[in-house]
Amino acid sequence: MKLKDLVREFGLEVKAGAGLLDRDVTGGYVSDLMSDVLAHAVDGNVWVTLHIHQNIVAVAAHKGLAGIILVQGRQPEKDTVAKAAEEGIPVMVSAFPAFELVGRLYKAGIRGA
Amino acid sequence: MSPRGVVRAALEKGLDLIGVCDHNSAENVLAVKRAAERHGLLVLGGMEVASSEEAHFLVFFDLDDDLLRFQELVYGHLSGTNDEKAFGQQVVADEDDGVTGFSDRLLIGASSLPAQTIIDAAHAGTGEGLVVAAHVDREAFSIIGQLGFIPEGLSLDAVEVSEHTTAEEARERFPDCRNYPVITGSDAHAPEDIGKRHTCFIMEDASVGEIKKALAGRDGRKAVC
Repeated sequence: MKLKDLVREFGLEVKAGAGLLDRDVTGGYVSDLMSDVLAHAVDGNVWVTLHIHQNIVAVAAHKGLAGIILVQGRQPEKDTVAKAAEEGIPVMVSAFPAFELVGRLYKAGIRGA
Repeated sequence: MSPRGVVRAALEKGLDLIGVCDHNSAENVLAVKRAAERHGLLVLGGMEVASSEEAHFLVFFDLDDDLLRFQELVYGHLSGTNDEKAFGQQVVADEDDGVTGFSDRLLIGASSLPAQTIIDAAHAGTGEGLVVAAHVDREAFSIIGQLGFIPEGLSLDAVEVSEHTTAEEARERFPDCRNYPVITGSDAHAPEDIGKRHTCFIMEDASVGEIKKALAGRDGRKAVC
């Protein structure tokens, strides 16, 4: 499954990296602790989080994540969008809370790690 | 930010005393202290340590040895290697702004030390230690942002608010702040941010011990922000 499939299926709002949505998604990870994501997310994962600050982009770039989905309609900070564009990390926003979003991603075939 | 650049900016802003806290590291503190000494600027050596809750705490010591021992504790509870491409270079400098090395630890990460363990360690030095919960008005990396409250009994010496909030607003918005002295700081990550906010301490000399007295309002000492 590609990021663009998730965008279409779940009505995600693309905030950065609109040209990079052909990326394959290898799995998913949900966490709001950066250190946990650094330790356990896997290359190609899509990351579900409520954090909107720019450190999420650095973490995603370091881990080679496919992209980041922000939950509950939370809007990324301006610096986050700029850094995401620079680093080539798609940032998308879902209106769903994390539990609802992850349930839907799982149902769509995205698995953990 | 280089040691001399920090000192220059602080002097330009008319500050008498600054606190220097790199993230999870204190390897540049002594260089800043030496660079400041030449100009009569006073420096409190410390560290901004990230707890296992991913909350940031500013930890200061009167004695450099206590700070370096604390750094060993943090390093022992920090994992990973830096990725310069993602997180930038982690320069270690001397007092003349010469580069003496690079830290390859993953300093952006969080330690596995819980908040209370950090506080206990900071208070267990040979000299005085001070712990301030950093930028508690911010959602990211603050104890209130991460937990929603300040756990009862957490033996903090003070809480700090960022440039976006006054001490009064903080006590209004976050009732837990009423249980601690509130100070304001610039949380400067670039020279132009140094001195954006400050706290005024009325005290005998620039030491952690005196600051603790000022925070408690003891012996005629005061902290005003």
